[in-house]
Amino acid sequence: MAHIRFQSVTKKFGNNTALDSLDLDVADGEFFVLLGPTGAGKTTALRLIAGLDVPDNGTIEIAQEDVRDRTAAERDVALVFQYYSLYPRYTVRQNLEFPLRSRTRNFTKAEIDARVDKAASTLRIGHLMDRKTDRLSGGEMQRVSIGRAIVREPRAFLMDEPLSNLDAKLREALRSELKELQIRLKATFIFVTHDQVEAMSMGDKVAVLNKGKLVQVGTPWEIYNRPRDLFVASFVGSPSMNLLPGSVSGSLCSLFGGAQKLKLPSSFAGSELTVGVRSEDIEISPDGPVEAVIHDVENHGVEKIVTLRVGDVLLKATVASKMPTIVDAKLKFGIEPDKAHFFEPTSGVNITA
Amino acid sequence: MAEIILKDIEKYFGSAYVIRKLNLTIKHREFVVLLGPSGCGKTTTLRAIAGLEEIDKGEILIDGKPVQSLEAGDRDIAFVFQLFALYPHLTAYENIAFPLRAMRESKQDIDKKVRAVARTLQIEHLLDKRPSSLAGGDMQRVAIGRALVRRPQAMLMDEPMGALDAKLREEMRTELKRLHLENEATTVYVTHDQVEAMSMADRIAIMNDGILQQVGTPDEVYHHPANLFVAQFVGSPVMNIAPAAISTKGKVLEVSLDSSLQGFEFPVELAAQIEASPAKGDLVLGIRPEGVLLADTQKDGFVPSHVHLIEPLGAYDIVDLKFGSSMLRARSKSGFAKKTGQQIWVRLDPSQTHFFNSKSGESLHIRLGNGAH
Repeated sequence: MAHIRFQSVTKKFGNNTALDSLDLDVADGEFFVLLGPTGAGKTTALRLIAGLDVPDNGTIEIAQEDVRDRTAAERDVALVFQYYSLYPRYTVRQNLEFPLRSRTRNFTKAEIDARVDKAASTLRIGHLMDRKTDRLSGGEMQRVSIGRAIVREPRAFLMDEPLSNLDAKLREALRSELKELQIRLKATFIFVTHDQVEAMSMGDKVAVLNKGKLVQVGTPWEIYNRPRDLFVASFVGSPSMNLLPGSVSGSLCSLFGGAQKLKLPSSFAGSELTVGVRSEDIEISPDGPVEAVIHDVENHGVEKIVTLRVGDVLLKATVASKMPTIVDAKLKFGIEPDKAHFFEPTSGVNITA
Repeated sequence: MAEIILKDIEKYFGSAYVIRKLNLTIKHREFVVLLGPSGCGKTTTLRAIAGLEEIDKGEILIDGKPVQSLEAGDRDIAFVFQLFALYPHLTAYENIAFPLRAMRESKQDIDKKVRAVARTLQIEHLLDKRPSSLAGGDMQRVAIGRALVRRPQAMLMDEPMGALDAKLREEMRTELKRLHLENEATTVYVTHDQVEAMSMADRIAIMNDGILQQVGTPDEVYHHPANLFVAQFVGSPVMNIAPAAISTKGKVLEVSLDSSLQGFEFPVELAAQIEASPAKGDLVLGIRPEGVLLADTQKDGFVPSHVHLIEPLGAYDIVDLKFGSSMLRARSKSGFAKKTGQQIWVRLDPSQTHFFNSKSGESLHIRLGNGAH
């Protein structure tokens, strides 16, 4: 069982602070995603849990035990990398047996067979067992890599962008498979990715990291609907949340030179706000208060994403694929008042957070 | 004017073909995207148009004139690569001016043209900078500026956004499209990213294994894919595919994905259409997630099932359902399915259902009404 906890963990590489006083709390049996751009510190966090690096400050606990003095092998966690590190001359079966054949583990042949066969059926790679790994497709190789982690029955699975080398179709399929696997194993998964779609679709909890700091942790719903700051707001969701300049007077925030006025959810002392609106919350209607020109139309099959131009401001709206849209035509729209997010422009913090 | 015609193009590496019998006409001012997985021949096709690659058979015509004998430099075509091939020791200004200097244009002319292009691309403030101090998106803007400054008849782009991050790619998509509208150059754009293709192209040419699979507008390839490859390459989440069997029970026609389960109701005319097709019994059903309709209470025409997994994507959810050995993914309103294991009712919208011949993979081109009750 593995409850994993970071308490003010700092890790520096030379002058570069990879992790800055990070606190994390991963519940046992949780699918926990570390999401962030390159350099956010997500992989560093994973390596610290695995024992491949040592923190400069702070403590890491696995199952209520400080693991500072535990070697990587003693921590009993399994790492799965982006690049499958399989032995090319070995068969799939030999690759799966390998972690169990270590001299520190005294498994009998029968025990090894049982674990390997169980992992193979879980991952549906039973038919590949006698094949050499260099004769596998990318998706099959990644399944075998995961299989090598599963046979050890570790306390936690640590996954570093395991899907990013796969093509889009396979990535989608493996997304469901991994999530299903985690539910079935009831295991703790810590999954690192820079892809917000992966984070949203798989995570029980998502921790958004930026420049070594934890920005927000929450369920996918919270991260999407209650972003704590501008970074989370624009990093999560595709297309990116529209960020518009708003000016405050009293309890109202006005946009587009006063064409649209929104009531503020809480009082705000400053005079300017950045207003965030997701593309699906822009409502196009002949009664809308704001007039815009269609700047660009993107066909996404199931829907269209229309870029609207109001003066110098560009914003994106998601519309039904059947809605007629002609570039440079005019239309009217409005923002659903309870769907707007308000951020303090310099700090970027959500004023209701 | 620049109309590009590819006639029976073939290209081999040894005995293996890279492009086979490719026929494609790119109209004047059109934005055509060559879409396909790596190794499908799309980049080779683009390089052949540019004159960077020789073809073994066929003809390439630009405005009716064969160009095989012309050098790349004489084809009046600009090329933008995935990796911004800028001169590191020159400023952004000099990089953009480079092709004009090569043509020995006057200083004033060059200055005027460079600044005009820079304005369109919104990089006027970066003109004095060297590539090493520019962000990825700005480097690519400079590279595009360098391609545009000559006002070429045609622009060829090979995954120009491949090296940019997701957010920047979204922005650049809109910019490139606007640029195309203003610039009027015939554009051929290569990518493996179907979102890019769908959102930018006038028409998409989908290739696989050296063979052109389908050419059509984004709507055509999305709503009427010619075969299983196109059906599953375009669209995200991927189109659901499942082997299907039809049976008639009295006045009702049912399509089942697993013989042990209740089938989905379909209009009876489907039977005759399948009978008339070459597929007969070898049927594969295809339906996009938005065509899988969900209800939280029992409803006429809906089949009971259970929520297998929920993938919340913010604006909407993807709900995975299992039917025997087949998995169907449905697109639902955010929060519609509450938890895994929950009972749910499912209907396949006949008007959004595709049928394919499982042997050839070809679409049977069956189009049904929605058969609503």
